[in-house]
Amino acid sequence: MRIFDPHIHMTSRTTDDYEAMYAAGVRALVEPSFWLGQPRTSPASFYDYFDSLLGWEPFRAAQHGIAHHCTLALNPKEANDPRCTPVLDELPRYLVKDGVVAVGEIGYDSMTPAEDAALAAQLQLAADHGLPALVHTPHRDKLAGLRRTLDVVGESALPPDRVLVDHLNETTVKEAKDSGCWLGFSVYPDTKMDEERMVAILRAYGPEKVLVNSAADWGRSDPLKTRKVGDLMRAEGFTEDEVDLVLWRNPVAFYGLSGRLELDLDADDTAATATHEGNSILRGAPAAAPAER
Amino acid sequence: MLTVTELRAAVEQRLDETGRAWLDGALTDAATSEPRPDAPGPARWELDFASAGRHVRTPATGRPVTADRPGPDGLGPVDLPDAARVLILHAARADAPTVARLYAHGTGAERRAVLRALPHLGLFAGADAVPLVEDALRTNDTRLVAAAVGPYAARHLSPHSWRQAVLKCLFTGVPLSAVADWERRARGDGELGRMLGDYARERTAAGRPVPGDLDRVLAMTRALPGAPRALTREES
Ligand SMILES: [Zn+2]
Repeated sequence: MRIFDPHIHMTSRTTDDYEAMYAAGVRALVEPSFWLGQPRTSPASFYDYFDSLLGWEPFRAAQHGIAHHCTLALNPKEANDPRCTPVLDELPRYLVKDGVVAVGEIGYDSMTPAEDAALAAQLQLAADHGLPALVHTPHRDKLAGLRRTLDVVGESALPPDRVLVDHLNETTVKEAKDSGCWLGFSVYPDTKMDEERMVAILRAYGPEKVLVNSAADWGRSDPLKTRKVGDLMRAEGFTEDEVDLVLWRNPVAFYGLSGRLELDLDADDTAATATHEGNSILRGAPAAAPAER
Repeated sequence: MLTVTELRAAVEQRLDETGRAWLDGALTDAATSEPRPDAPGPARWELDFASAGRHVRTPATGRPVTADRPGPDGLGPVDLPDAARVLILHAARADAPTVARLYAHGTGAERRAVLRALPHLGLFAGADAVPLVEDALRTNDTRLVAAAVGPYAARHLSPHSWRQAVLKCLFTGVPLSAVADWERRARGDGELGRMLGDYARERTAAGRPVPGDLDRVLAMTRALPGAPRALTREES
């Protein structure tokens, strides 16, 4: 089973997680920039974080045979803090980078006017840079939040088929699907979705345009939830091809809209290339990518 | 090390029509750019520098791994974005403040390319870019460390920093072949010999293997009279 986790915050995870994810079949992931659990007080703090998502974290992932891409944005929570909003003006410099496959996570937290402005501005940035957008839906007042999100997307220059709405559940999936957006589900140990409900939703709505992620971060979460959903799908009668569609081809298709997805693990970024292959660092002899499915 | 002309030929040979056209445009743009101190935002060629990785891919995808071996010129397909960025910096005649800015705002790949470009730029003769090399040597990204210990480091790093860099390469598994001009700088360097000897002892005491490259450098530190003799017998 090959797995692409389309939403996971590896900055907060350990090398044990990387090893377990690789063993479970994870070969690619996207790390959205988000809130760090601790408020930042200046734009420079964001730029160091972006640098990390574009340098150090992809290197760390590559050491474990996993391709790492990121999405960059000012997150909705910190969009409310005037000390952080100058990040919006600097984002264009980062959105041109090769490893950036979407603008995100954007969306609503408390549905404030500042969040309205940041969401609209960043949907426009996505359109300007040929990037899709990862839009999360708020944890509180979820259905109202989804509707307001879809309204803002509808008014934006970005067509819905370049938008992934995330953290969906039973109450929001229908309207999100009707909007034409891609559908993201975060499977968590005790909040958001669980494996059984996820499989029920897949049965009810089909696997088309559905992405399943662990959204694992610094909170109680599980980076192997993607695999667990895949296993339960098989146990519940979904075909291998349907599992592959949800856990690999859909994320590849969505982030591939950026034109920047690089899944040649045998190329530039494998651990073996960097540390074990003699002079291959400078000469470019590739290390074999783990080809196991 | 390839000259810029050789590097360009090696890159172009590996690109398809689209990639070659993109590179040609980017290099022309960089070569004709004027200083624009008051203009807002990055120059066009700087955006090309940032986005080079997605324009100079090898045409084939899903190719067998064996097809990725470096050619006789030593350039492998995985070097293409680095090489294209080096060519762009060279065409733009990037000076020390420019490379410092691009390094500071760069991804890991962009930083690596800046470091690899240093010997090809007019700034090579001066020590202004040493802070970039030292920054890269502080990271734990072995690809950056490897790019940092090129000809520019060989020429400009202080003896102390250079010895620390060699030790770090041995520590992190960066191959000795990445360290430019190491034979010349290591020759007769008794202090480096002492550091390597201590490191070897520490590894042995911990029951860990001593990196094979260590012996080669250690031998070179003793290559001239004046290298510390006491180490000679103890370490062999
Ligand atoms: Zn998240």
